[in-house]
Amino acid sequence: MRGEPPAPEQFRALFDPKGVVVAGASTHPGKFGFVSLHNLLAAGYRGDVFATNRDGADVLGVATVGSIEDLPAGRADLVFVCTPAAANLDVLRACAAKGVRAAFVTSAGYGEAGEEGRRAEQELVAVADDLGMLLAGPNGQGVVSTPARLCAQIVAPYPPPGRIAVASQSGNFVSSFLNYAVQTGVGISRAVSAGNAAAVGVPDYLGWYADDPETAVGLAYVEGVPDGRAFFEQVRAAAAAKPLVLVKGGATAGGQRAAASHTGSLAADDKVFDGACRQAGVTRAATVEEAFEAAATFATQPLPRGPRTVVMTTAGGWGVVTADAIGASSLELAPLPDDLRTAIDAKLPPRWSGGNPVDLAGGETRDTIPEVLELIAGCPEVDAVLQLGLGIQSNQARMMRAGPFYPDHGLDRIVAYHERQDARFAEAAADISDRTGKPILVATELAVADPANPGPATVRATGRLCYASADRAVTALEHLWRRARHLQRRGRPLP
Amino acid sequence: MPEAPASPTRTLSEDESKRRLAAHGVPVAPERLAADAAGAVAAAEALGFPVVVKLRGEGIAHKTERGLVRLGLADAAAVRAAAADLLAAATPDDGDVGLLVAPMVRGNRELIAGLATDPQFGTTVLLGVGGVLAEALADVTLRLVPIEAVDAAEMIDDLKTSRLLGPFRGEPAVDRVALAGVLLALSAAAMAEPTIVSADLNPLIISDGRPVAVDALVEVTV
Repeated sequence: MRGEPPAPEQFRALFDPKGVVVAGASTHPGKFGFVSLHNLLAAGYRGDVFATNRDGADVLGVATVGSIEDLPAGRADLVFVCTPAAANLDVLRACAAKGVRAAFVTSAGYGEAGEEGRRAEQELVAVADDLGMLLAGPNGQGVVSTPARLCAQIVAPYPPPGRIAVASQSGNFVSSFLNYAVQTGVGISRAVSAGNAAAVGVPDYLGWYADDPETAVGLAYVEGVPDGRAFFEQVRAAAAAKPLVLVKGGATAGGQRAAASHTGSLAADDKVFDGACRQAGVTRAATVEEAFEAAATFATQPLPRGPRTVVMTTAGGWGVVTADAIGASSLELAPLPDDLRTAIDAKLPPRWSGGNPVDLAGGETRDTIPEVLELIAGCPEVDAVLQLGLGIQSNQARMMRAGPFYPDHGLDRIVAYHERQDARFAEAAADISDRTGKPILVATELAVADPANPGPATVRATGRLCYASADRAVTALEHLWRRARHLQRRGRPLP
Repeated sequence: MPEAPASPTRTLSEDESKRRLAAHGVPVAPERLAADAAGAVAAAEALGFPVVVKLRGEGIAHKTERGLVRLGLADAAAVRAAAADLLAAATPDDGDVGLLVAPMVRGNRELIAGLATDPQFGTTVLLGVGGVLAEALADVTLRLVPIEAVDAAEMIDDLKTSRLLGPFRGEPAVDRVALAGVLLALSAAAMAEPTIVSADLNPLIISDGRPVAVDALVEVTV
């Protein structure tokens, strides 16, 4: 059973160390003791790097020592442990003597490895506790912290910097989240794989993220929740401070007690977990992809003050389908107030849709899209905007650029114009969102079909997520609205 | 911490269950105890026809399955005959038996509400759509005890068949404040009485828009 969460200074030793020791560095590029040192150096970690190697061999240009005792004192506060389990108690003791306050133990052979491994794990926890050392893992993939340029992990990637903090019971899902960060450009502040979570569990990390000024939103993958009540109290406290997105795999152990009661038979485990999340104001996502996109939206868009959503589209079908998705959610397709409709009339030929979705119906000229977007987002009866159709001009430009006639026949000029226009529209979405304090989500399949298209590429450059479909944008926006509603109903201020 | 799941429990009689929950504000149908057929007729006349008569006893939990509930008894003769039948159906395992007489609560909508103990999360409060399709629909929502008024209101919104709560077949819309009040009362009961392991209000009938528990079952640790 785990005790109290680690102290803030112990977490700082893990996520913002002034120096790192890799215990068990290897000269073999296939071994974790090599890969972890490689990743630490390759990501450009800012602090001091030390390493131990049985033979004292140089590894990746780092002069190693045969024993921790030979390292200078007070220069490192994190040890990344790759040595075999049998050596690790001595490693922790020697590191503590040098002033190390946190250990990430990647070694296997613990709780996942039978009765003997469980005993070794208990001993490891007890020793770390005695030494006043934070023990992350064992059997975990590592820790990432972009403010420190720290990539102490046995796997790729090192993500772009950002405001999402990840904690996962499965190391592979840390990698998945970080890969999405690389793909979308919406970056990461901290990430940790809890491994066996012998001493520090996912909710402990989430608790620290809640107070971490580098972090805007927590993102976690959990499986079993053995002490659900304590888990609930911890995530509730964390979610009170900032958004927290959870995705849960697997059924929890054990069924309902009280088989005599009808209520008991209806109270399936997953519904209890779901209810606990709603009560705690935790955002629960159905899939890992949905979880990342919800977190990326919390990290990069303001919370809507209400459910009233307007869809702006350059073509009819997209708007119709998006309106359907909104209708099936807790968002509302806002009716356009008369003054807004009149103002849009002045910008477009009469064939525009005249309602929500605002379908421009091909009636736009050079400045129409930013101007109409500004009118919609500026309307006090609108809480959020979905913008569709970005990048279609540049998609045509791409075909022209690649075709046999370019750059003649005026193609060079029109291609440049199209590309400039899509970039302007993406910038307008971010600018107007910042100015109005309202979320504006841009969705186009070109985000994945052609990420280099100046439309989605410019959305990424503004730091925001370009959604691969309107449905996914609606799902993400609904998560934001549900959080805003949770706070409003409980009389808490919206950020 | 959730309590150890192995501790022995017992189920309270229907009238004791209702008294326990009513003390915390759960609305239950008024009812009277009677020792015999004559007492049942007197109780029915005091409550007004039609009535329900049930066999009650410490050892009786699954009355419906055993046919120990007689619904819609319209006059004294029907009550007298039902009472005699029920007393004759008692078995030695039922312990000391008697009769429970209650007015027939009418309503087209049945919900289920209650408390259940989750091995990981502890005591939970539950609201669901009741009736014969309850388990097939599995339209239920839960929260951890204790809940606040806002949680109770959100539980009602959670139901997938929440259209059922609007005006329905000539009956008014469900009084949401009263329904939230049932959930808050269950939560209060669980907080005040930690020995409660589970509680069933099944069915919770919506009568003239207001929820009324016509049956209740409370399970406690011994």
